[in-house]
Amino acid sequence: MKLQEIVNSLSLDVKTPGMDLNREVAGGYASDLLSDVIGNAKEGSIWITLQVHLNIVAVASLKGLSGIILVNNRVPDEDTLKKASEEKIPIMTSPLSAFELVGRLYSLGLRCQ
Amino acid sequence: MPVEFIADLHIHTCLSPCAELSMTPKGIVEKAASLGINIIAVCDHNSVENVEVTKKLAKEKGINVIAGMEINSSEEVHVLGLFKDMESALKMQEIVYKNLQPGENDDELFGMQVVVNEKNEVLEFNKRLLIGSANISVNRIVELIHELNGLAIASHIDRDVFGIIGQLGFIPPEIKFDALEISRGIELDRAVMKFKAYRHIPWVFSSDAHRIEDVGRRTTRFLMNHSTFEELCLALKGVEGRKVAF
Repeated sequence: MKLQEIVNSLSLDVKTPGMDLNREVAGGYASDLLSDVIGNAKEGSIWITLQVHLNIVAVASLKGLSGIILVNNRVPDEDTLKKASEEKIPIMTSPLSAFELVGRLYSLGLRCQ
Repeated sequence: MPVEFIADLHIHTCLSPCAELSMTPKGIVEKAASLGINIIAVCDHNSVENVEVTKKLAKEKGINVIAGMEINSSEEVHVLGLFKDMESALKMQEIVYKNLQPGENDDELFGMQVVVNEKNEVLEFNKRLLIGSANISVNRIVELIHELNGLAIASHIDRDVFGIIGQLGFIPPEIKFDALEISRGIELDRAVMKFKAYRHIPWVFSSDAHRIEDVGRRTTRFLMNHSTFEELCLALKGVEGRKVAF
């Protein structure tokens, strides 16, 4: 599934402008412990979290994740967005809670790889 | 010529909801004295309201008490702030209280938050949600501690939850911690292997005691000239032979 389709279906707010959203999303992973994401998230997954710290970009980049969705309308730090643009990691936000958002991603056919 | 001092720089009192009620300042000071500890830091969650009484009690035992606070950041990373005096500690407390997540403590769920006097008498129950987090990033918390000339220590970096590596995956290089704390939950040689990437920052070893029997269960040996806060700062910088003995 393409990231652009997910953005459209769930009306996500893309916070990193000018990025290619025509990338493949291979699965999903939800966690707020970054050490757990480093340990367990699989390449190409989209990551659902409420953490907004700069480190999320480094972790997503390290694991080759296809993007980050911040839940509960969390506002990413300026530094985080700047780094995300440099690293080409798309960051999206949603007013939904993690539970709701993950449920909808699952309905769209995404699975934890 | 620097000599050895024993420090336990992370002790909770009965003000922390998760600490046992036996963690009275009086009990802590007596326990520390019985173990020959020279310096302790009182570090309750998001509050310094039991520090002054501990300082008074420790004076007659010859133990130096450092005013500290274990602050819970917006990322739920625990950071210890150690301060040179009560004035600075109270300034930090004011900032933390202003940003602490709203709500009232539930004694039944989280435990009592007791402010006491020298005689173990209850002065008040703190009503704030001290177990909660402050809406301040870990980066900013460290800056704020430094603006008050305090020491910023990353709490129990070996713990998955509330430790900075567990929460954030790695220690952001832009944060200038004065020291990293290794808890009593990990063997020393294992910590050396696991965290070798962080040996350029001084390490301290503390009990993070929540029960009286845990006070001094892990301590740091400092080589320095006196048991003061200023000397601790110099020891962490390695000035003129002062250092953490390791």
